Amino acid sequence: MLGIMGYWDRFSARPGEAPELKVSIEDGSPNFRVELVRLICGDDGPDRPGFKAESITSEVNGVRRGRQQATHAGSYVHIPSLRAIRGEAVTLAALVMPTWIGKRANQCIFSRQHRSSKGVALIMDASGCGGLWLHDGNNQVFVTCSTAMREGSWYLLVASFNASNGTARVLQRPIGGHHRLERDVKEDRSVELQMPSLPAGAALIAARHDPVDGIVDHFDGRIEAPALYSGALETDQFSGLVHPFDIDLPALGGWNFSRHIGSADIADVSGNDSHGRCINLPTRAVTGHAWRGQTVDWRARPDLYGAIHFHCDDLEDCSWNTDVVWQVPSAIRSGIYAARLTTDQGAEDFVPLFILPPKGNTTAPLAFLASTFTYLAYANSHHGYEDPLSEPAYGALLVLDRTDLFLKERRDLGVSLYDRHRDGSGSCYSSAKRPILNMRPKHRIWNFNADLHVIDWLEESGIEYDVITDDVLHEEGAGLLSGYRCLMAGTHPEYHTTRTLDAVEEWLGNGGRLIYMGGNGFYWKVATHENHLGVIEVRRGEAGTRCFEMPPGERHHQFDGEFGGLWRSNGRAPQQLVGVGFVAEGFDSCQWYHRESGSFDPRVAFIFEGVGKDDRIGAFGILGGAAGLELDATDPTLGTPAHALVLARSAGHSNVYLVTVEEMMSTHPSADGLDNPLVRAELVFFETPAGGAVFSTGSIAWAASLCHNGYSNNVAQIIGNVVRRFLDPAPFEWPDKA
Amino acid sequence: MDKLCQDVAQLAQEFRMQPHGRHSAELQRVLNRMRSEPFSGRYVLIQEHRNLPYRLARLGPTPTDPIGYTGDTFLTLEEAEWAVFKLRWCKLFGTDLPGE
Repeated sequence: MLGIMGYWDRFSARPGEAPELKVSIEDGSPNFRVELVRLICGDDGPDRPGFKAESITSEVNGVRRGRQQATHAGSYVHIPSLRAIRGEAVTLAALVMPTWIGKRANQCIFSRQHRSSKGVALIMDASGCGGLWLHDGNNQVFVTCSTAMREGSWYLLVASFNASNGTARVLQRPIGGHHRLERDVKEDRSVELQMPSLPAGAALIAARHDPVDGIVDHFDGRIEAPALYSGALETDQFSGLVHPFDIDLPALGGWNFSRHIGSADIADVSGNDSHGRCINLPTRAVTGHAWRGQTVDWRARPDLYGAIHFHCDDLEDCSWNTDVVWQVPSAIRSGIYAARLTTDQGAEDFVPLFILPPKGNTTAPLAFLASTFTYLAYANSHHGYEDPLSEPAYGALLVLDRTDLFLKERRDLGVSLYDRHRDGSGSCYSSAKRPILNMRPKHRIWNFNADLHVIDWLEESGIEYDVITDDVLHEEGAGLLSGYRCLMAGTHPEYHTTRTLDAVEEWLGNGGRLIYMGGNGFYWKVATHENHLGVIEVRRGEAGTRCFEMPPGERHHQFDGEFGGLWRSNGRAPQQLVGVGFVAEGFDSCQWYHRESGSFDPRVAFIFEGVGKDDRIGAFGILGGAAGLELDATDPTLGTPAHALVLARSAGHSNVYLVTVEEMMSTHPSADGLDNPLVRAELVFFETPAGGAVFSTGSIAWAASLCHNGYSNNVAQIIGNVVRRFLDPAPFEWPDKA
Repeated sequence: MDKLCQDVAQLAQEFRMQPHGRHSAELQRVLNRMRSEPFSGRYVLIQEHRNLPYRLARLGPTPTDPIGYTGDTFLTLEEAEWAVFKLRWCKLFGTDLPGE
């Protein structure tokens, strides 16, 4: 149980901006205390550097009244203004593909309900049978088929009600090839109910707005071409019907999801202009009932991508009320800040906020690039304890902490890009507009809290630095980097957009010096959208170490239409940028590096000053060694520059370390750290023609060794040597053999 | 399954000495099977705060079901791994680990 949590309305801010903090008290306390701090180290485990933070004097510090704030997860389409439903009859229709019948609850496909409770809805009942729901203000009735639909199959669902003869009819017709396997199911029933006469008002697709309980009955699955008609169909009019838009009745609405796929907009094509909008980011750019592999790019044939996949645990924005507005002082130093929230009952949360220097300025020659897109990708991840493969992959018993236990109970806080939705489909979007409870200090050593080891070392070493972020780099491009001599990427900068990669490449081309402090970086491609600030989208495809794979034909982003997946699959393998790329992972133990011949090249003498020729590099550290967790190595065929020097290499990794799938064209029994020479981390250096250089560590565990022996060790020595030289304006000499 | 283990005592000793890291191929085969037990009832550790002991627990039938605590606690990961190794051995082979 976490007693308090919060989020800022943005990841990053600059002096002069006014970020807003939203807080929810979960332990019943009436008040909370807020205190701004600058984070230095978040590792509070036994025999660790300890939690380190600097208190910030601010007018926002103090005690404030608070309350629990509600979160409403689940995606749907909101149609604010549907025409009145009058007369004696109504017909609803849609193409549907249910994906979670097992949740055993009524699910609404289309609904219109008035505050008087009168309403009408096309539904799937708790057993998976398609049907009709009616409420005349006094009584309600369900008319459903006798046979359940099947998860993952497409159906035409049509329901008519004719109050003049008290007849309700439902057709559940398998389509999209499933007519070969299933038969039509029809239900024809007498109903004693008045026609629910409904004034103009809001309607929902994929949920129902209950007058008392709010948004309920979320549909999990795909819906295509929902439509609403005035009048009823007779039984003989069902025959030959294959599409909701083919119904020959006066239309009240008909929504074509193949329009505006790249946005949240929903087009009513019936002529009634009852347009709508997606709420909570259901998945668009997904195949509809007629897709048979004709194209894999939704932009080429949007008509084949006229479906939307809705999930009950989609979430874009908690939409909490603001509790604190911080006017970021003009003189504040750049850094990783946090609002420390506490209650009298002992609850505590740290809500990070990355403060950049003023726009157009730099306040240090070195910038630390906080991997905000990667933090977002892992936000509130459940996969560790929901994926049965986690324990064999980790090679150790799973350890759940209080955050895991809390998230397990609070699915409403959304899922990560590593999770499957409750219906088993993969999660494509992750939003920053919610508490991200695993992006915290005092948490396990991964991503954000691992990157604080780097910040801790910079502080201990007295190296001046600015903090910049993926999200601002995406917005501002190479201009954000232009004032820096040295850029330091963190322990796991895994997710990047086209613009962030372009920016780093451009800056390196102009003589920048890049230190890559981690492993499995620059690996997955993500997209953003100007109308969904704080959200990233990923489309996991055939390759890559991944927790799920998008269905066929769905590898192009909704947000920008580009082909997604691995950067390697997009012709931009990380080896081209940083010399190394992901080759293997394992989480049970870590190793050390031994020096390779490249480390004795005079070009890199500066890196090994103070390091013995036979020294084991990183045979120590919080994780047991500097080479571990996720490992990168060189590969000239993927773009490692010919003049790159392999300085050191790890060996001796365990059976749990396995070569990543994209390195295995075919399965074979020699994939682990005992048998496969690909399982290694490599320390790499190379110069660039404009006088710049790149240094890569190839291991996520590297930074966890920096603090060993009071920050006096060969890992810290090597990085210190690299930083000093990279900050020296003297250009690197372009090597002869390059 | 009994053919998997040529020398039970040796494998157990190897695991106890080093539950994480490089293992013999034979021990790794046993561990792969142990760690691939069904989701329902799988052993996990709970450590709510980083300075608290590890509590042994089992996952419910589905991710939405609550976790059930066994009542066992451990001061170190190594102790917990060894305890679960013995429990899983019994389940896998139908007998207690010899000598335990």
